[in-house]
Amino acid sequence: MAVCLKTSRTALHYVRTRPGPAFTHLLNRTFFSCSSHHCNPRIISTNEYRVHSSFLGLGSRASQHSKALKVEDHDHSENEEWDFPGGKVPFTTKIKFTDDSSKDRIPCYRILDNCGQQIRSSTSEMISKELAVKLYSSMVTLQMLDTIFNEAQRQGRISFYLTSNGEEAINIASAAALSNDDVILPQYREHGVLLWRGFSLQEFANQLFGNRSDYGKGRQMPIHYGSNKLNYITVSSPLATQIPQAVGVAYSLKMEKRDACAVTYFGDGSSSEGDFHAGLNLAAVLEAPVIFFCRNNGWAISTPVTDQFRSDGIAAKGQAYGIPSIRVDGNDVLAVYDAVREAREMAIKEQRPVLIEALTYRVGHHSTSDDSTKYRAIEEIEQWKTARNPISRYRNWVESNGWWNEEQESELRGSIRKQLMNAIQVAEQIEKPLLADLFTDVYHEMPSNLQEQERSLTETMKKHPQDFPSGFAV
Amino acid sequence: MASIFQGVGAATAISSSACFDSKKLIFSAATPRFLTEKKGSFFMVRSDGRLNHNNGISSRAEKIVTNAVAAKADAPAASATSKSGHELLLFEALREGLEEEMDRDPRVCVMGEDVGHYGGSYKVTKGLAPKFGDLRVLDTPIAENSFTGMGIGAAMTGLRPVIEGMNMGFLLLAFNQISNNCGMLHYTSGGQFTIPVVIRGPGGVGRQLGAEHSQRLESYFQSIPGIQMVACSTPYNAKGLMKAAIRSENPVILFEHVLLYNLKEKIPDEEYVCNLEEAEMVRPGEHITILTYSRMRYHVMQAAKTLVNKGYDPEVIDIRSLKPFDLHTIGNSVKKTHRVLIVEECMRTGGIGASLTAAINENFQDYLDAPIVCLSSQDVPTPYAGTLEEFTIVQPAQIVTAVEQLCR
Repeated sequence: MAVCLKTSRTALHYVRTRPGPAFTHLLNRTFFSCSSHHCNPRIISTNEYRVHSSFLGLGSRASQHSKALKVEDHDHSENEEWDFPGGKVPFTTKIKFTDDSSKDRIPCYRILDNCGQQIRSSTSEMISKELAVKLYSSMVTLQMLDTIFNEAQRQGRISFYLTSNGEEAINIASAAALSNDDVILPQYREHGVLLWRGFSLQEFANQLFGNRSDYGKGRQMPIHYGSNKLNYITVSSPLATQIPQAVGVAYSLKMEKRDACAVTYFGDGSSSEGDFHAGLNLAAVLEAPVIFFCRNNGWAISTPVTDQFRSDGIAAKGQAYGIPSIRVDGNDVLAVYDAVREAREMAIKEQRPVLIEALTYRVGHHSTSDDSTKYRAIEEIEQWKTARNPISRYRNWVESNGWWNEEQESELRGSIRKQLMNAIQVAEQIEKPLLADLFTDVYHEMPSNLQEQERSLTETMKKHPQDFPSGFAV
Repeated sequence: MASIFQGVGAATAISSSACFDSKKLIFSAATPRFLTEKKGSFFMVRSDGRLNHNNGISSRAEKIVTNAVAAKADAPAASATSKSGHELLLFEALREGLEEEMDRDPRVCVMGEDVGHYGGSYKVTKGLAPKFGDLRVLDTPIAENSFTGMGIGAAMTGLRPVIEGMNMGFLLLAFNQISNNCGMLHYTSGGQFTIPVVIRGPGGVGRQLGAEHSQRLESYFQSIPGIQMVACSTPYNAKGLMKAAIRSENPVILFEHVLLYNLKEKIPDEEYVCNLEEAEMVRPGEHITILTYSRMRYHVMQAAKTLVNKGYDPEVIDIRSLKPFDLHTIGNSVKKTHRVLIVEECMRTGGIGASLTAAINENFQDYLDAPIVCLSSQDVPTPYAGTLEEFTIVQPAQIVTAVEQLCR
């Protein structure tokens, strides 16, 4: 704030002898560093010191020079502002560090109370019966497919599975609020979004069994779904890599001025990855139409959120990057639907990123390779599984509107179960991919080194068929 | 360290028919080969502006094959009739290629640090932001993993991004995205999503840039399945490879060298594209095959001058395509000369030379009269001190000695 006159004179002398646009730019910024203890606490008003870019040391500018050096006396500098690079910032003479987090946590938006009754003060619009029922039945379908596929893994029919138990509201409601043109970049616990978009139970089963009908051609682990036609980008195991990619997708949509946005999902754990921070930053700077949807389900395998970050969840981080954020009750179908719908409109109309943190609980284990009872209390799991279950909570609301009953419930569940068992049986019997599919799609067209490797492998197989799995076709 | 040399190149037929379809991997032995050759004089400008023009070949030793002489004789004749073409520096050639592709295809975009109005740290993107706008030539924050990921996401949605790393070494931060996603997503998605990105930037050992800015990333990236790697070394192939890389449906990493940006050459006015998978015959010869790429090409050519004076006839091939190797051109050469010397800037351990040695041994063992010799940089971080830095990379004198030993 206080400026050494000596420094400024030197600076001005420098301008006169060694002109250059860079330095003039420097002057225009008026940043000098000088301890206030050494000089008189005089302040040079920035307006007067602003050197015009054409002032490059010409003698006739002497009058401007003396004008520029005019100083003003101020006693209280708290009203002063300086435009450092990045904008004007007010000063203070009180030394004070900000708190590590604000005293009040960011509130959590909800529409339904714990029992699924609509809170009278909520401002959301009612959704139609058709949509409400579709939401419910999709959630039930998701829950059932998770249960049955999980069982299939336990029976040894597939090698791996992970469920979205407890997060059905997030999956289905967020998907419902988007349009089919919005491009989804998932982490791996969002297969409900794919289900909503129209991925059939058979298609799910095919991917899990890695058979010849799998769109991924048997190249990825179970759960790593991908569908070009449904705008669902193939799941990639490393965490948070999809976040900057979502910014790239949004960039592409922005360039084409499409009425669509990118939506990327990730968990609380992924918010610790470097890609999360860089991705959010990039999106804000780029003004990219992307929705960052964080499923804060409390656990990253065995790491609880208290060991993951010390901020007020993930919603608080949005503001640090200049991104509007909201915290929403992830187990409340209507709240998630509302929040995503609003966010989508904001993202596309205002061409900017939005951050949504949905609080929920991971009821299931991290995956079939995990036993979560080892690191968390069974009572805690039970509570979220039963009393706080998003499906039953929403069911109460749907039924209270007279749109659902027990009969429809058992009919639905029976039908889904049958379809799932059938899908599994069919998928099990479809053949596995051909050997040729091992080498295709590495490049756009197969180069000669891969052709050579394929030839060599085929020869070996023909010579020693007994050493290769039966039914493995070339 | 003198970097002038008298370029010797054979004549090229540059016509529209010679525009290679970069998508086609013309790699099988059955198809006829085009030798990528250059017409016209080839000269280099040192950073102090001195010019050395190729006016003719100095006297040669007796062991010369006739057609080689004839080809070389064409060069000075062709240069005498100054044909059409325009002269520019290598970084300008890169820019020209990039600009042409951006004009041709509105999906091509550029992203990186300071590529916009600053024009790029090596001025490769200068003038593009005012012409194409701030969105198509995008300045990103400093987050390599992020903007590489961003490029991948944009590519999956239909754009053709050119991602610039300010220095190749910084792309180590983007390794996760390049390895796990860029190279893989086409495969793991079952072909549903393509990633036609170009990742480019300056690398290699410069002049006292320090260890972290002297990385040779081709060593680290060469194992990643799904990517292609090419290294440019002249304005001609820089422009051609840039265009080919942008047009390719595969992710391509284009390695440029910090010290080669100011090379000057006359390049054709007509549009041309180089083949991504082809090596370049720099100097046909009979005695020994010297395989090299990027800056080491110039050290080799300087050594070649000395070797020619001593009576040797080295065949110099700039391999250009680092992944996959052009084993066809290389193989033909090995079958002719039976001796191989690899000169690279990568480190001894795990570099391109190591892989190339293995590939040649495997495929052409019967044709070798002597073990393959590979000259590489020392397995040390590149020191700052100029003299020390000079000793970490291969110098022409070492190349001459190696050839003499191999051709004993």
